[in-house]
Amino acid sequence: MSTRSIAIEQPADSESLRTVLAKANEEKTGDELAGIAAESDRERVAAKRALAGTTLETVRENPVVPYEDDEVTRAIQEAVREPVYERIKDWTVSDLREFLVDSETKDREIRAIRSGLTSEMIAAVTKLMSNLDLALATSKMTVTARCNTTVGHTGTLSFRLQPNDPSDDIENILDSTREGLSYGVGDAVIGINPVNDDVTSTTRILEATHEFIEEWEIPTQNCCLAHVTTQMDAVREGAPADLVFQSLAGTERGNEEFGVDIELLDEAYELARRRCVSTGPNVMYFETGQGSELSGDAHYDVDQLTLEARCYGLAARYDPFLVNTVVGFIGPEYLYDGKQIIRAGLEDVFMGKLHGIPMGIDACYTNHSQADQNDIENLLVLLAAAGANFFITVPMGDDVMLNYQSASYHDAAALWELFDLDPAPAFDDWLEAQGIRENGKLTDRAGEMGIFR
Amino acid sequence: MSREEENPADETGEPKTTARLGVGRAGHRPRTETLLDFRADHGTARDAVLTRVDEALIADREFVAISTLVADKEEYLARPDRAREISEETTARLREECKQDPEVQLIVSDGLSSTAVEKNVPELLPILFDGLEARDLDVGTPIFVEYGRVDVMDAIGEDLGASCCVHLIGERPGLATAESLSAYLVYDPKRGTPTSKKSVISNIHSNGLPPVEAGAQVADLVFEMCEKRASGISLREDDREFRA
Repeated sequence: MSTRSIAIEQPADSESLRTVLAKANEEKTGDELAGIAAESDRERVAAKRALAGTTLETVRENPVVPYEDDEVTRAIQEAVREPVYERIKDWTVSDLREFLVDSETKDREIRAIRSGLTSEMIAAVTKLMSNLDLALATSKMTVTARCNTTVGHTGTLSFRLQPNDPSDDIENILDSTREGLSYGVGDAVIGINPVNDDVTSTTRILEATHEFIEEWEIPTQNCCLAHVTTQMDAVREGAPADLVFQSLAGTERGNEEFGVDIELLDEAYELARRRCVSTGPNVMYFETGQGSELSGDAHYDVDQLTLEARCYGLAARYDPFLVNTVVGFIGPEYLYDGKQIIRAGLEDVFMGKLHGIPMGIDACYTNHSQADQNDIENLLVLLAAAGANFFITVPMGDDVMLNYQSASYHDAAALWELFDLDPAPAFDDWLEAQGIRENGKLTDRAGEMGIFR
Repeated sequence: MSREEENPADETGEPKTTARLGVGRAGHRPRTETLLDFRADHGTARDAVLTRVDEALIADREFVAISTLVADKEEYLARPDRAREISEETTARLREECKQDPEVQLIVSDGLSSTAVEKNVPELLPILFDGLEARDLDVGTPIFVEYGRVDVMDAIGEDLGASCCVHLIGERPGLATAESLSAYLVYDPKRGTPTSKKSVISNIHSNGLPPVEAGAQVADLVFEMCEKRASGISLREDDREFRA
């Protein structure tokens, strides 16, 4: 057996677990850049084999980022429900994979073990799963969340409308919003990445989108994705935000690079629950993406998939309404091409849902990635089949502010048609009332922003 | 139909946004024309990333041409660390062929857009050289780097003992333009100099900061750096960033 000719021992301490986890990853340029990837496919498979026989207890007992050094490790460890963990700690990572893909395992069975899992266990099993394994297991898990509306119901697929503008021009943002709504997108959130990360600009964007939502009685929520401290200041001064956003990393040092820590995030969550204008109870929105820890030199020689899982462990602490990976945004030195971006997208949505968070994805790429729009459309089809909660959409896939490409407003209706899915129920009713969507199809009137003038 | 014509216009007829709005649809898909426009812009961006700078441009201006540790475009995209360093052999060659200890070392790299170099460098360089000469600055032998990242100027500047480096490099292309060039500047270049100690003039292209104007601005900034013996945040709070 050729794959057995390289043998890797089962990990028994943090260092060997860290090594095996990294080498067991599917090929990613980010792990190669970090100098921790398998050096051959045979070594990769040997590492997978060593990981397959490792117990969940070994994974938990040997934190890859030291407990004493890192508050994300502590938050993940302390969130484990011990009696549930006791029931599954003797399972191997292979047992967990076979449990997840078993036809007798449904959403209910997965819920029964979820609180006994750590992010590192979830990362470990992901490394043993093929792309179809990931899609199948993801499709079993339903995670709903409610802000003004509920997303994540079985049979639904939601979309974030992302009307970014390079000069934060309110009329441009609203025109792009009108256009997106006329294609039926926007039930997850109308969320804007501002150019100017200041309170004035953030407040202006929140007020304009809030007024627009009120005027047209749209069952959705707004968000301005400035730094969390900027949003907190704006909200304290009365800006009408439905959700509070922040980017997360999987280590304390990585979050430091983002200018946040758990104390600050706890404070933001507390403030959001008291001061957001939405009904809730879920009022937080997070974005993540494989590779951000390495780019901030905060990775502790841990692979990018494991660190990504830890982001979801941290996100779960805040009962978020939306979480998405921005999968291809970081560039080819982390995810080289369409193949690596597609794999990472499937991994991330699976890992998020296994954590029990309402997971979506920004299926995207930059112009220096070895990827194009076809790769992104492949990923949309795969993850619509797998049951991602939501995707991000921009006009014709071209984000003129962030200079990258994502899904198009058009793609929503095509995916609903292909998989017989609908938008979130309240939003779908609203679309019908506006004469935009009928019997699962866009009407002749759809696709014209003039509807909202 | 061009993208501008398809965009919603205000009363003056000027397009208000560069976003691809008002494009219509064919069923649940974009119209063919819209799809092809998008793919054409992406194709232009991809070509800028993947093609090499025209060798005539390098030969005409008597650059000493070198490469980083990177072997090809594929490795260039995957390994930015190797695109910031040069080999010992290259250092030896530079010491032989280039002026030592210049006040100003000029470097041009393909970076992520060869198109940006081809479109802007020929116009920018004469103005820059004139500006540096007018201020009696001692300018080294210009160097062209294939597969360069911004920080390769730290390695080259250190090895040649330059007081400061000017690095003209192609930016990551967007769909709106694939021709944008940046000028990064560092005083007292040493390997590992943090980004915060570097100055930048970005968005250099015909619809942004025109290359002729950029040449003059870069010369001013070099003069200021040499006078104050500093670059980046040590020079001033905000870098000059031109927004179109």
